[in-house]
Amino acid sequence: MLLIACPHCGPRDEAEFVCGGQSHIARPGPPEQVGDAAWARYLFERDNPKGPHAERWLHRHGCGQWFNLLRDTRTHAILAVYGLTEKRPDLP
Amino acid sequence: MTRYSLWTLLREGLSGHRGWTQAWRDPVPAASYDVIIVGGGGHGLATAYYLAKNHGITRVAVLERGWIGQGNSGRNTTVIRSNYFLPESAAFYEFALQLYERSADALNFNTMVSQRGLITLAHSRHDLEAARRWVNAMHLNGIDSEMLSTAEIARLVPFLDCSPAARYPVHGGFMQRRGGIARHDAVVWGYARAADALGVDILQNCEVTGFVFERGRAVGVQTTRGTIRAGRIGLAAAGHQSVLADLAGFRLPLVTYALQAFVSEPLKPWLDKVVISPATGVYASQSDKGEIVLGGALDLYPSYAQRGNLPVAEQVMAGFLELFPTLSRARFLRQWAGMTDVVHDSSPIIGPSPVEGIWLNCGWGTGGFKAIPAGGWTFAHCLATQAPHPLVVPFGLDRFATGALIDEAAASGIAH
Repeated sequence: MLLIACPHCGPRDEAEFVCGGQSHIARPGPPEQVGDAAWARYLFERDNPKGPHAERWLHRHGCGQWFNLLRDTRTHAILAVYGLTEKRPDLP
Repeated sequence: MTRYSLWTLLREGLSGHRGWTQAWRDPVPAASYDVIIVGGGGHGLATAYYLAKNHGITRVAVLERGWIGQGNSGRNTTVIRSNYFLPESAAFYEFALQLYERSADALNFNTMVSQRGLITLAHSRHDLEAARRWVNAMHLNGIDSEMLSTAEIARLVPFLDCSPAARYPVHGGFMQRRGGIARHDAVVWGYARAADALGVDILQNCEVTGFVFERGRAVGVQTTRGTIRAGRIGLAAAGHQSVLADLAGFRLPLVTYALQAFVSEPLKPWLDKVVISPATGVYASQSDKGEIVLGGALDLYPSYAQRGNLPVAEQVMAGFLELFPTLSRARFLRQWAGMTDVVHDSSPIIGPSPVEGIWLNCGWGTGGFKAIPAGGWTFAHCLATQAPHPLVVPFGLDRFATGALIDEAAASGIAH
């Protein structure tokens, strides 16, 4: 069970949230210069690391805001909570 | 290796069971093999077996990080079925089911295949329409299935709450009679034993830590038991496939999620069908030991933790009790999670990887167990002939760029 510290609402039960998958994926462009392979990489390929993972979460049953989590996929430990437009924090 | 038969059982029974030999060897890794398969689950072991059996390639090693069957092959709910919607998937999974039907004879191992029938419930008028469409698609694909009325389901599954007052009323459903369950460990052990008998080396406690490249081609693996060279390398590591791909320098369209399952205390014979309820996200069967085996939906955030979260466990139990209220006092003994490698279109990936010398068997998501015989058969064909087997041509990694996805909603069986 995760206790997720929503940046707007404070610590809440994971049942209130939805995970939106990997964060910081830049859409390639301009469109006329993006081939099928690059577009497929953007749409489908994911880091899927065994370890720290930067991911987007939505506080659906709360403030309705998106934010980022840095979470370890081995232990589910939440390493950092940060804004949707902020850079992924460097961990020691 | 002792051949298993009634005669051997009688002989051993009368002589104190002292003559049984080990089922597979524990060999020392050789310096090189024709084919290395990474991942000692059902798919990896079946691949090794069919490489030796169908293609005569016996210089094969299966590398397993822990012990064989430790991952998803030992963490599933043992359901076998071929009730798929699209022709590509139907052809593939029907082949798997037919191989399962013959597996005990072929492997000389009791895989305990029980074709007890698999019932998919419809809980609304719309579910029923979708079920009819599904059944028609199965008929077009040449696969047995039949619609069932509420009364027929009530007769086949007496403890299911089919009353009009049920929270999830049963409007009908459909059944694939040839669907059912098989014993998951027996499938792993059966393939391991049969592959070993044909000369395959099963290397346990042998984790791959890197790949050896020569002129851009993968020619071997670095492991915790030394460097091993190989003509070809097949990756069949399920939830850990992305980790291997990362070591080899490419990315895959996979996300690893935990899928939970649960077993109750052993009960008297109570349920002799597999029941799937897409609307409640629950499926259940009863094992030969009497345990009720339950599964549900994915924990929907990436995880390698091999354990599930509590909200999903609660959701599965709540859905199950709405269907089977008589079991509200039963206790659950165990809970576990497998690490499923989920693809966007819920279809597997079998074929070449972006790196020369490496082939892929992955993307099974929540449905790898039922595919084991066909996954092994077709992957062995890929590794032996360096060309995809006709059944898996549509399941290549290239489909993501071409857009020819096989969007198989029936793959998961329940709505994720």
